[in-house]
Amino acid sequence: MDPEIALLLNAVVSGLLLGSLYAAAAVGLAVSFGMLDIVNIAHPALMVLGAFVVVVLTEALGIDPLLAALLMAPAFWALGAGIYAAYHHFFERRGDEALQGLAFFFGIMFIIEVGLVMTFGADQRFVDPSYAAVTLYLGDIDLPLRMLVPAVASLAAIGALILYLRSTFTGRAIAAVAQDPEALRLLAIDPVRIKRLAFGISVVFAGLAGGALAVVQPVDPWSGHVFIGRVFAIVIMGGMASLTGCVLAGLAFGVAENVTAALYGPAWSPAVAFGALLLVLAFRPQGLFGRAP
Amino acid sequence: MDRITRRDLGRLTAAAAATAAGARPASAQAPSGPPIRIGYSMSLTGGLAGNGRPALVAHQIWAQDVNSRGGLLGRPVELVHYDDQSNGAQVPGIYTKLIDVDKVDLVVSGYATAIIAPAMPVVMQRGMTFVTLLGTGVNHEFRYDRHFNICPVGSDVKETFAKGYMDIAMAMDPKPRTIALAALDADFTQRAVESARHLARQHGLRVVYDRSYPPGTVDFSPIMRSIQAARPDLVYIGSYPPDSAGLLRAASELRMSARIFGGAMIGPQISAQKAQLGPILNNMVNWDIYAPEPTMQFPGVDALLRRYREVAARENTDALGLYVPPLAYAQMQVLEQAVKRVGKIDQAALAADMHAHPFDTVIGELRFDRLGEWTEERNLYIQFQNVTDGNLERFARPGTQVILYPERFRSGTLRTPYGAGST
Repeated sequence: MDPEIALLLNAVVSGLLLGSLYAAAAVGLAVSFGMLDIVNIAHPALMVLGAFVVVVLTEALGIDPLLAALLMAPAFWALGAGIYAAYHHFFERRGDEALQGLAFFFGIMFIIEVGLVMTFGADQRFVDPSYAAVTLYLGDIDLPLRMLVPAVASLAAIGALILYLRSTFTGRAIAAVAQDPEALRLLAIDPVRIKRLAFGISVVFAGLAGGALAVVQPVDPWSGHVFIGRVFAIVIMGGMASLTGCVLAGLAFGVAENVTAALYGPAWSPAVAFGALLLVLAFRPQGLFGRAP
Repeated sequence: MDRITRRDLGRLTAAAAATAAGARPASAQAPSGPPIRIGYSMSLTGGLAGNGRPALVAHQIWAQDVNSRGGLLGRPVELVHYDDQSNGAQVPGIYTKLIDVDKVDLVVSGYATAIIAPAMPVVMQRGMTFVTLLGTGVNHEFRYDRHFNICPVGSDVKETFAKGYMDIAMAMDPKPRTIALAALDADFTQRAVESARHLARQHGLRVVYDRSYPPGTVDFSPIMRSIQAARPDLVYIGSYPPDSAGLLRAASELRMSARIFGGAMIGPQISAQKAQLGPILNNMVNWDIYAPEPTMQFPGVDALLRRYREVAARENTDALGLYVPPLAYAQMQVLEQAVKRVGKIDQAALAADMHAHPFDTVIGELRFDRLGEWTEERNLYIQFQNVTDGNLERFARPGTQVILYPERFRSGTLRTPYGAGST
């Protein structure tokens, strides 16, 4: 194969794998920010918290990090439900959620980061599953399992979430709650309960993304900062409440970054990726899969 | 062999440290009077904390040592430090408070250029003597005659930083002809790669890849694949810890091979990355500041590292302490020796003394030039050899980080190539 074409194909493939990680990181935010209108700036910090818990579970139990991420899901759901209960009680109920709610989530982010430093120190932590050092070679295309396994697991989890939201009564209630909470009340559904459930799910996905992150790269308490801009951009680009859009936007972000890095130099990667976001918003202000108001 | 974890290493060193503590001379007369207060900002949280926290531990060990020897000028030493959160914007306020409100007697710096540079205007305005830790070229612009830097880089970064790497490379037979350069968009890494670029031109090397990458890059495989496609003989990379791990993993996954691979990658100096990367590090030639080789057994450094490791296990800081702690301890030794010679806290006299005299430290003898940099650069280029796993105990012993440059500390010979096909 022509070396230039091999370089391009590898950049596309590695971009798709990277984009899957971005999608995993963003999909929980699509639920909280896109569906519930809660600007959870602490989402990437919750993801890093998940990564640290995965590291601890993996070291203690000797299990696969992605399995560990799955096992901690109930605890993360409870954490998310608790955070939402506090947010609702102190801000949303009083109608103070806009600015004060944002400050609340900033506070949670700082508490998580400092808590991780106090507990684990400032050093990087990592997991070392047996497959992390294995790379599959399909001709000239490289598929490092360090990226492939978390990507497949992330997309499978997102698929399950999409199925749940589309095919269950509660799932449809979550999709409806941001649009018309009063209509839910008419159906004898408590919108606060639905929001609590949905926010818990968004934090579960932060934890799952943390598990994927721990496999992909070592983490330190501030690893989430790298993702803040990206995950919000992906959610907006995908169309806020659209999970399919979120996945496609994540993949597009990953491919744009890696193709740019391979062909034009890595310094241009963020500019091209965020430029693509601006382009999408210029032609479709509601995002790729969002509905026009 | 079972892997030795950070905690195991701490337990092992605790016994040795207890012995060392017992061997220490009995306390001199207890210090008395108001303490001599030494103020500084230190990165205890944020991106620089991985090296800031070990530096603080080394400072605290020094303070214990000095106080157990009767203090400084007969007075106890007290460290006054604030967390700058790795944020340079916090630093001027911290030093203003230290000097104007806390009324500290002496100031030193926290870790790294990004923290030293913002402190300089405040320190200069108050005429304080400033002993800094691992800055790179900070005083080139300020030209402050009371600045003294504990960093092996020296005054002429462009000419000397990558000299060791190039000397090692150009001694190979046949001589290399091409080089790839990649650097993070950050002050230190850009300076390091600028030196490599400059010296590569002098040696007639053809630069086949020369790119910068932005902070926050997550996937390094496109960079490594582009370097691989250019087929360079040499690869010189300037990177910080999160990126170094990603770059080295990508190199391993892509079966990257070069006659020499490495450069100024900050990360493999730190225990967590040594444990994490293990054999991936084999044959990498990298910039460093200290290695536990027989050629660098300066008086006191072994005892310091044993005591440091005991504390590190409790404090969750870098387990081995081979990177910043020896230099951080030396930073305080310079201050201590100057104050003892001058006999009082006089900023001008302290600076004059530091310019005039050599210092005996745990990292050897130091002398400062007129910009406050070491008169003789001591950039080490080490090669990781014989790494079979992430066992930290192996990295604490000689023979794993073999010194190739400078000649006076050389402890082994170069092995090539790096990566696929290496032995």
